[in-house]
Amino acid sequence: MALSWLFGLLVLIAVAGFFAGRSKSVASAGGDARGLHSRPNYYGWHVALNALVPALLLLVLWLLIQPFVLNRAVMPMLSSVDVNDRGTMSLVLSDVRRVAEGIDIAITEGAISPDEARDIQADVMDVRARLAEVGVALGSDVSIETLSAAQRYRALAYTGTSVMTILVLIVSLVGGVIAYRLVRPDFRSRNVVEFGVRMLLLSAASIAILTTVGIVLSLVFNTVEFFRLYPATDFFFGLNWAPSFSGRGGASELGILPLLWGTLYISVVALAVAVPIGLFSAIYLSEYATKRVRSIVKPMIEVLAGIPTIVYGLFALLTVGPVLVSAFGEGGVLGVSWMGGGTAVMTAGLVMGIMLIPFVSSLSDDIINAVPQSMRDGSLGLGATRSETVRQVVLPAALPGIVGAILLAASRAIGETMIVVLGAGAAARLSMNPFDAMTTITAKIVSQLTGDADFSSPEALVAFSLGMTLFVITLGLNVFALWIVRRYREQYE
Amino acid sequence: MTDTTPLDAAPAGKPTKSILVEDERTRARNRAEARFRAYGIAAIAIAATFLVILLATIVVRGVPAFTQTYMTLDVTLEANALDPNGTGDRDEIAKVTTFGYQPLIGQALVSLLEEQRIETPLPPPALILMLSQSAPAVLRDAVLDDPSLIGQTVTFELLTSSRADGYFKGRVTRESLARDRNLGPPHLDILDQLAESGHVERRFNLDFITGSDASESRPESAGIGVSMIGSFFMMLVVLFLSLPIGVAASIYLEEFAPQNRFTDFIEVNISNLAAVPSIVFGILGLAIFIQVMHLPQSAPLVGGLVLTLMTLPTIIISTRASLKSVPPSIREAALGVGASKMQTVFHHVLPLAMPGILTGTIIGLAQALGETAPLLLIGMVGFIASNYPAGVAEGFLDPNSAMPAQIYEWAKRADPAYYERAWGGIIVLLVFLMSMNLLAILLRRRFERRW
Repeated sequence: MALSWLFGLLVLIAVAGFFAGRSKSVASAGGDARGLHSRPNYYGWHVALNALVPALLLLVLWLLIQPFVLNRAVMPMLSSVDVNDRGTMSLVLSDVRRVAEGIDIAITEGAISPDEARDIQADVMDVRARLAEVGVALGSDVSIETLSAAQRYRALAYTGTSVMTILVLIVSLVGGVIAYRLVRPDFRSRNVVEFGVRMLLLSAASIAILTTVGIVLSLVFNTVEFFRLYPATDFFFGLNWAPSFSGRGGASELGILPLLWGTLYISVVALAVAVPIGLFSAIYLSEYATKRVRSIVKPMIEVLAGIPTIVYGLFALLTVGPVLVSAFGEGGVLGVSWMGGGTAVMTAGLVMGIMLIPFVSSLSDDIINAVPQSMRDGSLGLGATRSETVRQVVLPAALPGIVGAILLAASRAIGETMIVVLGAGAAARLSMNPFDAMTTITAKIVSQLTGDADFSSPEALVAFSLGMTLFVITLGLNVFALWIVRRYREQYE
Repeated sequence: MTDTTPLDAAPAGKPTKSILVEDERTRARNRAEARFRAYGIAAIAIAATFLVILLATIVVRGVPAFTQTYMTLDVTLEANALDPNGTGDRDEIAKVTTFGYQPLIGQALVSLLEEQRIETPLPPPALILMLSQSAPAVLRDAVLDDPSLIGQTVTFELLTSSRADGYFKGRVTRESLARDRNLGPPHLDILDQLAESGHVERRFNLDFITGSDASESRPESAGIGVSMIGSFFMMLVVLFLSLPIGVAASIYLEEFAPQNRFTDFIEVNISNLAAVPSIVFGILGLAIFIQVMHLPQSAPLVGGLVLTLMTLPTIIISTRASLKSVPPSIREAALGVGASKMQTVFHHVLPLAMPGILTGTIIGLAQALGETAPLLLIGMVGFIASNYPAGVAEGFLDPNSAMPAQIYEWAKRADPAYYERAWGGIIVLLVFLMSMNLLAILLRRRFERRW
């Protein structure tokens, strides 16, 4: 709550600064705004921005850094934990934080008085039970060491937050005052304000870079951590996927190949459905259909693209799976009994194919439309039929673009999660039968990271390496596909 | 004039064929043409069939979730069972758990059957199984609300159990119940007769839309309302972060960015982020927001932050397109009368591009609303969303679910009664998505300017 107060206070200072700056500028020009270099509002903005931006930057930085400093300060107190054992350390530290936060909550709820909180002794008072009363559930009893660390943590956090509040307010006021003192009729406030706004715009654009950096860092750090616990060769070349959650690091086999196989198999089935249907409908829409038909059919196909993937997942699990079982399963219509259960490569692949139809068709549609009309006219003029023109002139010309579109669709298929989580099954296996249940990289990322994951075990960390693999594959496919599409576009521009 | 004669003269050789009669090869080519065309039509027909099947499945299987079977029951709230000391004190009454209310329901059922002259071999404890496990809690809440009810006979509308409900909806058949521990054919006989007499009927169930999730054993009282609130708070975060940041980034890239490597680098980043699988954003959220920054797990705030990062590229791409569509003459006119570059953009270009930007933002929001995978990783599933958030701050920070995550959760549960809920949830979700897309289309129709 204190944070929102601080924030409100900053906004208040900025608003006050705005009006103060504006009125001072008008006054300094003798009440006539024409005597100023810039419009009066710019003087106001100048003061407001100076009061707000540096203070906010400081606030954000402080909030980001404070937890690290606090952890570092508390760590030496936890002598029973080996400093190098990062996993246990992070668990103990999160315990410390929970206790510290719990005590704070207990104080605000009035369950513990502030004085009492200061001298809690773990041996005198059952901290866990007291905190449970105010709704803070702790996993285990609080040891004396944890409690004293939590007390220290609280004290430091309190000091840190107070210092931060004061500093931020000082920076805001100083910034405001300096800017206010700069207000003079010949001060070029518009240029300064515009420079500031431009920097803000630039920083907004840089968030894209920050996101990428964040993705790469979070994947790389955890992957490195994983490879420290589990040999990389076993991960990349292992033929077995059998994580064990009971014995930490014990008997788990974490080979990516079965998952990769499932991913590729499902993607191939999906593309086998989506590419012919998508491509042919794109060809029909761009080469044959009248304007009226096009205006009805194109949005209709695009509806398929607007349906969330969870819907497709449910459709696979509850509709397509049972239908396929009744055809190919035991005692099915075809009498082949290839299929053991509803979840299978075929189920997920088929539904994912439906999902990809609009993707393939709208991309190919754009690409086919980009083929110059003169090429079609030339071919038709020589006496070719329309289909001959499409097959022998338009498609060869559009081929690189279409390959790019298919690659983009493939990257979508590889990264798709909900359909495979619900429709493909959970068993990792290397099998040729498309009616077997298999699992994919994305499905395993979900299953390894949901639930009460302990982020230091190889069974949880493997998800980050899987994510890294997925990221690299899809990124590679995308870059390659975009490169093809761009080159192809240049050819006709 | 011998030069002209070759035109008039017939060719030297004999005429091979007429162009008016199709020869074999032309016919083959025309057949190929017709076939090719048929492939195209077939492809569109298949896509349309898929769409129709998908939508029909959703409607047929989801609509039953909006109705529920209720039983009207007169329950005598006996004083010596609920308030043995006769104090009328609320705290005393609260000591009687839902367990204490069960016999009352049993008695009420027995007397209802006697009144209707329905004979059954079942003892009262078995009769209760026709009703939802939430029934005693409903009674208890009513009594705690108004202790003066004790001693009276009150008419309650109680949910029947999900199996009984399924029987009326055709999901559960007599054969499938043969091996069921809870409900058997004798129950169904009673239910049939009660339905005839109007004591059991199927009605619209508002609780499904506004209610909260329920534990695994009572699907009949599960609703999507609380997770809807979770989704709402997430969308607020996405809207208030992605719209300003997206617009600012697009303005920079479209209007101010110099042609240099850094700008190129930003652009490459944006186009790649647009194609990164959504689950990778979930990993990012887990690692940065939860592991490093220690934001609370399962909080709509974190979900909103992750979805913001995911939708930013989409919004930036569409915003840039609409900025680009504002003709340069507008900019030149503004610059010509002495506006600065910044004034030109903020006073003239941005207002003109606003409809396009809003349309793109709404579509981006719709995408974020239906996204599930990243939410799984930051813990917005596996959690029973049973309480409405107490206030705005709690709405952002307390654990909650989101609509698609709730649907996923239901789809994973073992009881088939939850599948119906999942389909129903999808209808609710799609209604939201459809209205957002419709709004976007209307905005575009109404305000779009062609220059």
